[in-house]
Amino acid sequence: MTEEREYLFDRPNNIKRVLLGLYAACAITLVLDLVVHRHTEHPWEGLLGFYPAYGFIGCVILVVVAKWMRRFIIRPEDYYSQKDLPAHPQPAEEDKQP
Amino acid sequence: MSALPPFLLFYLAAIAVFVTRGRTQQALMVATPIVGAINLWGIPQDASVTITFMGMALEPLRLDALSRLFGWLFHIAALIGVVYALHVKDRVQQVSALLYMGSALGAIFAGDLLTFFLFWEAMAITSVFLVWARRTPEAYSAGVRYLVIQVISGLLLLVGIMLHWRATGSLSFEYIGTGAGYGWLILVALGLKAAFPLLHSWLVDAYPESTPTGTVFLSAFTTKVAIYALARGFPGTELLVYVGATMACFPIFFAVVENDLRRVLAYSLVNQLGFMVVGIGIGTQLAINGAVAHAFTDVIFKGLLFMSMGAVLTMTGRINGSELGGLYKTMPKTTVLCIIGAASISAFPLFSGFVSKSMIMSAALKENYHTVWLALLFASAGVFHHAGIKIPYFAFFAHDSGIRAADPPGNMLLAMTIAACLCIGIGLFPGLLYGALPFDVAYTPYDVTHVLTQLQLLLFSALAFVWLNKRGIYPPELNAVHLDVDWTYRRFIPGLARPLINGIAAANHSVRTAMLGGLERGLELLRSTYSSRGLLSRDVGPSTMVIWVTTLLAVYLFLSFV
Repeated sequence: MTEEREYLFDRPNNIKRVLLGLYAACAITLVLDLVVHRHTEHPWEGLLGFYPAYGFIGCVILVVVAKWMRRFIIRPEDYYSQKDLPAHPQPAEEDKQP
Repeated sequence: MSALPPFLLFYLAAIAVFVTRGRTQQALMVATPIVGAINLWGIPQDASVTITFMGMALEPLRLDALSRLFGWLFHIAALIGVVYALHVKDRVQQVSALLYMGSALGAIFAGDLLTFFLFWEAMAITSVFLVWARRTPEAYSAGVRYLVIQVISGLLLLVGIMLHWRATGSLSFEYIGTGAGYGWLILVALGLKAAFPLLHSWLVDAYPESTPTGTVFLSAFTTKVAIYALARGFPGTELLVYVGATMACFPIFFAVVENDLRRVLAYSLVNQLGFMVVGIGIGTQLAINGAVAHAFTDVIFKGLLFMSMGAVLTMTGRINGSELGGLYKTMPKTTVLCIIGAASISAFPLFSGFVSKSMIMSAALKENYHTVWLALLFASAGVFHHAGIKIPYFAFFAHDSGIRAADPPGNMLLAMTIAACLCIGIGLFPGLLYGALPFDVAYTPYDVTHVLTQLQLLLFSALAFVWLNKRGIYPPELNAVHLDVDWTYRRFIPGLARPLINGIAAANHSVRTAMLGGLERGLELLRSTYSSRGLLSRDVGPSTMVIWVTTLLAVYLFLSFV
């Protein structure tokens, strides 16, 4: 296909709109925190913006730690397939076909 | 009693499917879970069938609120899975899937531990064919490892059950607890299949190697039977709270860096099981209800996610995040259905995960497990991050991979639609699910606090994803293997054993050489003594003989005088 039709997110503006929607939703829930009275059970829960902060910081820590962890556990794609026991009794499908 | 035991129906259907073909076969496959559900409807509450076998009181069928709910769940999962796999013309998969589902039903309706064990083993043996059915070398060796670990679980269970029987004289499957040694054996056996930390690697190893349709079946049954058994045998075991919290947290780190999207889902399966295990460990009525409800919703939304990724794999032949992207353009229906599954697993309000997960969170707070609650909150944000955003984002959006695959066949879309409707239906009308839970506990998921705080948590997690992506911190999808615990038995232990094996080989060689040398020398001696001039093959005349006989007689005569 040489002349492909344009899809929804091929326009940068649409991506921008989605992101703006997300920012707006974040802002609204943050403002609602001030307005709505929440019943709390955990001492930290009552802090203003506890959940937003926990979600944001939690995810950043998650990704940073996962990236750091990857340095130790990453191996080449064929790490296991080089030599894995037990061997397949038959050659793979691709090998059989002429 | 007029009703059939639920497992028998599936076993009979497996035989029928084995000998039929074409439309008849498809009709049989679809009819089995529907007839099974009608059959289950007809079995009265608290029904029980008991038999005595070699002096043991067995109860092959027992229905109570807990097992009935899992029964409904398994019939729903069976129907969805069968519809999803309707286009598959592989008899191995069709028959093993039916036998596998029947075994899972047999296990949850087993009233005694021996019957439970038999179905526990049957599940292992029937499900491994769903892995092998992929017919690749990777699937073959993953299947072998899967089977070995499942059988180890079965052996631990059997030994635990035998010790339990000796200690108590009863085989009845009731509360077991960790008061005695056998309790620990049974707990580890169940923990292997429930993917406890460090025991989880079989799941993330084997499930992503199965066929696109096989993984949908696999993800629904084995682990949920283990959760059912934990809820029956070990409610309120405090250790499980911490085990579950660990399970909920550690897989999300692996999920963030993993490239195979079905393996990402396998990690998130372990993470969701963690929530259920926490609920069982807390052990209050609310917590057990939460665990069971979460098992119910998880089977459906995790099934939906596995189905959407199975559709991607079927249509594009690829499943690595690094090779996919931009599929929303030509697979819009799959995209929407996947997002519904993603919203459900992330526990967005109005979706099924929200109404079940919040029960466990509330129970953790009520029982003052504050650290565990924080861990679960972190895990909730992490689930959204890796399953809720990463899966749809890398498959359907992200960079355009140029793949222009169409939406999958109608039966796959139908199965995904059924699952998606259930996800939204349970989210909108949680009363339907709550009414079937084992304990009668009033719980309202939709209050302002819950909805607002959950939305805040999720929206700001999404914000973190956007921010990390924009800053280029988010780890790229790489074509690579990421090591997990299975490395210990695939590389480390074989590596340790190598010197031992080499030592044995060397000793074997030297012993053989020495023996062969000895044999050689013996042969040489015989050869020389029997050669033409050898001691034993010389020509000897009669006179020599006479001399020797005379000598012998002389000696004899002499001895008789002594």
